[in-house]
Amino acid sequence: MNFFLEIKENIVISYKAIIAHKMRSFLATLGIVIGITAVTLMQTAIEGINRAFESSIASVGADVLYVQKFEWFGSQDFEFYRNRKDLTMQHYEYLKRNSQTAESMCPSVGSAKTVKYGSLDLEGVFIIGTTDEYQKTLGVNMEDGRFFTAKESEGGNPVCLIGTDVKNAFFENVNPIGKDIKIGSYSFRIIGVMEKQGSMLGLFSLDNRVIIPIHRFFKLYGTRRSLSINVKAGDVKNLEETKEEITSIMRKTRKVPPGKQNDFGVNQQSAFRDTYDQLTSLIKIIGLLITSLSLIVGSVGIANIMFVSVKERTKEIGIRKAIGAKRRTILMQFLVESVVICLLGGIVGLGIAFPISLLIDAFVLPTAMPLWVVVLGIFISLMFGVLSGFFPAYNAAKMDPVDSLRYE
Amino acid sequence: MKLIQIRNITRVYDMGEEKLYALRGVDLDIEKNEYIAIMGPSGSGKSTLMNIIGCLDTPTSGDYILNGKDVHEMDDDELATIRNKEIGFVFQTFNLLPRSDSLHNVELPLIYSGVSRAERIKRAEDALTNVGLADRMKHKPNELSGGQRQRVSVARALVNNPSLILADEPTGNLDTKTGEEIMGLFRELNEKGNTIIIVTHEEDIAKHANRIVKIRDGKIESDSGIK
Repeated sequence: MNFFLEIKENIVISYKAIIAHKMRSFLATLGIVIGITAVTLMQTAIEGINRAFESSIASVGADVLYVQKFEWFGSQDFEFYRNRKDLTMQHYEYLKRNSQTAESMCPSVGSAKTVKYGSLDLEGVFIIGTTDEYQKTLGVNMEDGRFFTAKESEGGNPVCLIGTDVKNAFFENVNPIGKDIKIGSYSFRIIGVMEKQGSMLGLFSLDNRVIIPIHRFFKLYGTRRSLSINVKAGDVKNLEETKEEITSIMRKTRKVPPGKQNDFGVNQQSAFRDTYDQLTSLIKIIGLLITSLSLIVGSVGIANIMFVSVKERTKEIGIRKAIGAKRRTILMQFLVESVVICLLGGIVGLGIAFPISLLIDAFVLPTAMPLWVVVLGIFISLMFGVLSGFFPAYNAAKMDPVDSLRYE
Repeated sequence: MKLIQIRNITRVYDMGEEKLYALRGVDLDIEKNEYIAIMGPSGSGKSTLMNIIGCLDTPTSGDYILNGKDVHEMDDDELATIRNKEIGFVFQTFNLLPRSDSLHNVELPLIYSGVSRAERIKRAEDALTNVGLADRMKHKPNELSGGQRQRVSVARALVNNPSLILADEPTGNLDTKTGEEIMGLFRELNEKGNTIIIVTHEEDIAKHANRIVKIRDGKIESDSGIK
């Protein structure tokens, strides 16, 4: 018997059987519906978190090294870090003089202050002191105006760039360029507005900041702060090479004896990524366990209902066998029925999950149900259909025609 | 030419401690185009013999050759194929699929033998027309009378051109008049060249056949031979 003809016939049979027992089929597949909804929403949520992470991490720069006093995700005891010396402008200048591979670099130092404009004030603005090379090194795009020049940087001029949060707080319908704002009691002239960058993992805004020349920062707040020396490798491919070079120059200038560990951190984006991956793989595993649990419960429900269906249709199986249905044909008939029920459950599950994913996208975090999740959902329901249908179908297939014809 | 050759067939049911001898050595030859009735009281073994002739069951020992094929050596799936191609069943309780219409019920054997849809429908329609149900193709069994249902099952039995039609108490669930009509149908089919075996316990029904074989206690008690 032709295989596709058989499948087609079996789909018609299972359609009739499902229609004849609408409520029962619906209840049986409820577990699969819930399971598939959970699996797809879970993946959609992870997709959303991934997207948020990717857009956040973009601000860190894939090809930038951050030479700092501490490692970002250091795992040693506090004792190990306690006696580290600050990073200073001398270290920066030594590094700049000696590095062959860095495309550009800049020092930066920061502190949260209150910023005022006229009678308005904004608390907790992050003030960054740096040089003109900051723009090139960290890739700052200007929405309006310009970055400060090398000369302004050297001279420690009272000029500043503001982020969009600051602009929105003070200058609703006014061009901020050329206006003066006050940081503490010191006046700064705005020469540029930076493009909106969004937030870091949704935790804090990257736009709530003001950038000023580093020498002005030192003048106002003193030099007793550890710097971050930001080094652009130019290309992710050169990152490791640059990292090695920077590390050895830093060890030299900080006089770290051979064999001793670095007394500074060379940080990079991948540190975030590694930590993030560890975290999300844990979430993924737990999610998978929970969602597969609901699928297994659903599968048991389907298997149960299929056993009932086979028992009820013992006579029908006898008739079909008498007329010439082979074992395989009967096996396929019930397997197809179970698969059809599960597929319907899967499709309903996807149908429920899709609008929910749109709601998540609109109100919680930007995301979209990826196509592969839809494919996965269909595939999982297919698989569970075969899995839960197999034993009932096998029971049906090996029934004795004489006995099953006699069954009432 | 011999259609059926049965040699010393036994069928023993193993009921745990006890053994139940349903058939104790049956020999039976049936020619093509015979019309034969197998009679016997309940418990005589006639149902067991019918199941074996119909390839629904296999003998414990003995040989059964159907249309030149050694049936007693076949496995389940080979038997299914034989049932599909060589045998048309007509049951006392009709045994139609309740959720399918007449046409689909008659189509079923053709589906299992892999006949294309267009040809299936044509042959099923022809078979239903032959039994006088041209206007009942789209009716489901519960929309038909007992006689009409039995005609559907006769059409189903005929549709794959089997070498043998096996009817088990075909009039058992019908009133006398309808029963006579069905028997008339079998007569017609026999005259057209079909081989027919009817299993019954009613003398009146058996009389329609050309040969009567009586079974008692798992053995052939009498064989009238062809009249």
